[in-house]
Formats: sequence, structure tokens, C-alpha cells
Amino acid sequence: MSDPAASPSPSPAVSDAAAAPAGSTEPGGERREFSAAARAQLQELFKRYPTREAALIPALHIAQREWGGWLPDAAIAAVAREVELPAAKVYGVVTFYDLLHQHQVGRHRIRICTNLPCMLRGSDEIMAAVRQHLGVGENEVTPDGRCSYVHFECLGSCDTAPMMMIDDTYHENLTPERVRQILGDLD
Amino acid sequence: MAAAAFEPVLTRNVGNPAALTLDGYRKGGGYEGLAKALKMEPDAVIDEVKRSGLRGRGGAGFSAGMKWSFIPKGKGKPKYLVCNADESEPGTFKDRLLMEKDPHQLIEGCAICCWAVQASTTYIYIRGEYTYANGVMEQAIKDAYQAGILGDSVLGSGFKLDVYMHQGAGAYICGEETGMIESLEGKRGQPRVKPPFPAVVGAFGAPTVINNVETLANVPHIVTRGADWFKSIGTDERNTGPKLYAISGHVERPGTYETAIGIPFSALLDLAGGMYRGGTLKAYIPGGASAAILTADQAHLALDFDTMAKAGSMLGSAAVMVMDDSTCMVRSVARLAKFFNHESCGQCTPCREGTNWLELLLTRIEHGEGRPDDPQLLRSVCKNMNGTALCALAEAAIGPVDSLIKRFSEEVDQHIRDRACPFPHRRHFSNGAS
Repeated sequence: MSDPAASPSPSPAVSDAAAAPAGSTEPGGERREFSAAARAQLQELFKRYPTREAALIPALHIAQREWGGWLPDAAIAAVAREVELPAAKVYGVVTFYDLLHQHQVGRHRIRICTNLPCMLRGSDEIMAAVRQHLGVGENEVTPDGRCSYVHFECLGSCDTAPMMMIDDTYHENLTPERVRQILGDLD
Repeated sequence: MAAAAFEPVLTRNVGNPAALTLDGYRKGGGYEGLAKALKMEPDAVIDEVKRSGLRGRGGAGFSAGMKWSFIPKGKGKPKYLVCNADESEPGTFKDRLLMEKDPHQLIEGCAICCWAVQASTTYIYIRGEYTYANGVMEQAIKDAYQAGILGDSVLGSGFKLDVYMHQGAGAYICGEETGMIESLEGKRGQPRVKPPFPAVVGAFGAPTVINNVETLANVPHIVTRGADWFKSIGTDERNTGPKLYAISGHVERPGTYETAIGIPFSALLDLAGGMYRGGTLKAYIPGGASAAILTADQAHLALDFDTMAKAGSMLGSAAVMVMDDSTCMVRSVARLAKFFNHESCGQCTPCREGTNWLELLLTRIEHGEGRPDDPQLLRSVCKNMNGTALCALAEAAIGPVDSLIKRFSEEVDQHIRDRACPFPHRRHFSNGAS
């Protein structure tokens, strides 16, 4: 009953795909503020909850998309302003969650499930194939800025183990050979 | 075999992509349960669900109707339904299927629950990794608003209901009820001290029902077909209704299988095509990473709440992980210990320190660096974690370790004695590639 194909994301409200929308940037090139489109999304979010703070995690997801897949200090400062919270509180939340990053990540983010069901079906070899193909360690970014990878806890796709997630897409029933193909095909 | 003949209830639309659309879902009787519920008194809906015997499908197995009945009556205060779609228990992938293949079934279940407890807002807290399922749900919610199923007047009844998707950001502990509420409120997902329970003080200080996706997916069927029909399925009056089993590991056809609750493990294994490549069953975990490991001589046991509890394990989320005799149990449990160490929220010392010790000890035993006293030390760490933390994560972490020491002590001792793992590292890929 499993879905054999990789599951592409239609247009999720919160996507991990890095985008580079237009918006206010410093002369040095570093973004300081949300784009107008993102700010409009935030305004919609605030209407959903009785408190402004409840929009914090959705806002961080949006910020991460705005700032290229991770949350530099400027992003956290911008979120703190919008959600009207002290920056320290925002840092506290960011450090708690695995999908929020305080360090630079690759244009493509690869998460390899290594929990028990995937381990039983060979995730060690998947991990090794990724490491070998990319030539960098976990949490490091390839020199061309294209990819970074981490081992991950169960991604809820144990019927298609071993599997990995690249950006928003699940890649399932993997073999090391298939991994090399998939990585080679990334832009 | 009887189990194979089970007519799917929750997964009846899995092979029917038309059900993703509102028209397609309605063609199969969709939203008739909601229409029926809206003509009933809210308390009558609660009574029907209570009478059905439906128990929470997220892990704890608490009576859903009972949970609803704890919500204070009256319209003075806002009330909330939070649907737990944070499916993060290792081995569990059933709720993703329900959301991706039949989103309206879940929306209908949420709407009926909200009518029963007179809540006017639902947040479906979905794990951040499930972006595809989230997209499917968002679309279905949008369609439901447009058709007047959600919004200011649900099906023209005058009852107001908003349903929102809320994406988490990657933390297992947010599947715990009060951790989820904290996270929904925009905080670190650290569980709260209970009491007060969420039914009294939940999200935003208001009475809140928290139900798992599969639990809510059962509700439209209970309302449409009645509690007696629901009770006629299952082992006994304490274990009723259809159940999704997510089976993975060393089986030929891993997947989600729907049967009457209480299918024996051996029959479920048959449904899944038997052991992977004709291997021999060594052990299975019946209910996610938090459940105690059972052995091959317990394969006849019924996968229901009470049978599993009696066997010293639990049905949990019914995530069944199967291991053949090439599997090293120390290595398997060490991996689960690593998971719990990573996911401990760090709030309670016995859990924060204990999960770290469990991973450290099991990893060193697996790597041939175990010391003769280590099994005793493992026991002592487990003892100190038991009942000493705010939430159930510490006890969940003990589950597999405790059963490893009890049921596979010889294997643990062998690792320590031989200063090495006795199991060859096996390859598993179907095409033999490396």
C-alpha cells in the first residue's frame, strides 16, 4: 500500500527549498528584512492564532526559506521584530528543533534516515555512499555550495527503507548505486 | 485467512485518488457522518464514541470518548482540538498514509470532534518533514472551506469551525501532548507538569482535546455506522475497531495493513509476505521504538492493547519492526538509545543524563569495549530513569533496553566476553550493489 514513487511536494506552505526572492539587502549583500511577499504571508499567519508568539515556528520556516535555507543572526533579528519577541527567546526555540539551522547549509539539504527500520535494510551503506560521493563530512557543505547532509531520525517511510530526503522530496527503496545517480542528477 | 478478508475502513480510499477531491470523497459517503453528528446533541456524539470503545491510536490507548467528556461544557471560553500528526515514533508511517490518501476523512473526524466538545478551532500539528502530506491537507482544507464544510457555518448548521495546518520543526518530544501544546504556542517543545491536563488547561490556556490522526479518522465511521458496528470488530470489548499496522524491517512486503484490532503477529507477518528472503524470525517490536522487544516464541500473540501490555510490551502506535536472525540486538537497541538521547528535551535530569548513558554503554558494548559490570550499570540507569521524569520519554527509552537485558542477556554477555560483535555486517540491497 506504499507509494512507490518519490513524493514531490505540491506547494507546501512551509517548504525547505531554498529561494532567493527580492527584498531589502544591505549594501554588503546581506539580507536584513523579509521580502514583501513573505511579510504578507506572516500577516496571514498571525490571524490564525490567539497569540503572536504562536506564529514563531511558522515564521522561522519562512525566514529560513528567505535566507537560503538557514538562519543567520540577521534572520533571527528580523523574526524577533515581526513576532515581537526578544531575540534570546527566538534563539532558544531555534536551537531546540532539528529542521532549523544556525549554520550554513548546502543548496540541497540531504537527510538520510538511519533509525532502526532503515538500519535493518542497509542505511549504513546509504550513508557511506553519500559521504563518498560528496567527499565532505556530515553538516559540512560541499565546496561548490551545492549539498550538505546529515543522518536523521525516522522520517516515517519505513516501508520503503532505506530512504533519504533531499529538500522536500523523499527518495525511497535506495541502493548505493541509486544514491550516486540521484546525487549526480542534482543541479 | 480471516485477516486477509477484512474490508478496509480507514484505508478504503487508499487506491482511489478521486477521494482527494471533495466530490470523490462525498461519492463514497463522505461528510455524511458530519451531517448526522450535527443533527445530534453534542453529548450524544460523545456518548456514541465512548460506547464504541475507541482507544487512542497514537500510543497511550486512552478512551477517546472519555477524553472528550473531560472538556468543560458551556460556551464561555474558547476550546481547541489539536490533531496530533507529528508521527515521529520510529517505525510509524500510518498517519502519513491517511493524510496523503484521504485528507477529507481526517477533516471530517476533526469537525465531528469539534462539534462534540463545542470547539471552534482545530490545529493539525504535522511534523515539519511531511511537506507532501501537508500540501495535500492544505488543498483539502481549502476545498472544504469553499464548499461550506468549514468556516462560519459548517454545512449550514450555524456552527463555526476553523481548521489550520501547523508545521512542526523536527522534534520527537512534540508528539507528547503538552510538548505539542508548548510547541504550538511558539516555544521549545518541553512537556508541562500535569495536572492540570490539557482538557482543562491546554493550548493558549484553554480546554483542549488532543487526538492522533488515526483516532480521528475512525470517528466519521463510528457516527455513520454506529458504536455497535465498531464494537463488533476486534478482540473483545476493550479492544475494538479497525487498526492500521505499519510493518517494517525484515519482511518481504513492508507496508501499512488494516485489519481488525488484535491480529496475531504471525498472521500480520503472513500478510506482509513473510520473512525477508526466507529468513528466520528472531525478534519483533510491536509498537514503535518505545515498546519492549518480543521474541519469536511470542509470535502467536494478538496485537491489541491488553495482550501486548500483559506480555510486558505495548501496542503503542502499532509500528511493528521485524528482525531476522542475522540481526544484532545490541546494535539495534544501541541505535534506539541514540534516538532517545537525541530526542530527550533535556528538561528532567534523569532523562537527559540517563538517555546519554544508555547510548554510551550500549555503543561501547557493541564496539567490543564493554566492561563486565556494564549490564548491571544498564539496569541501574534504567531503574533511576523509571518514574522520575515529567513525561513518558524516559520510560520509552527504557523499554527496548530493559527487554534487551532480560531476553537477550547471553548476546550482551557474548559481546563483552569476546570484545567484539559476533554478527557479520550483512548487506541488504536487492540488486547486490555496494
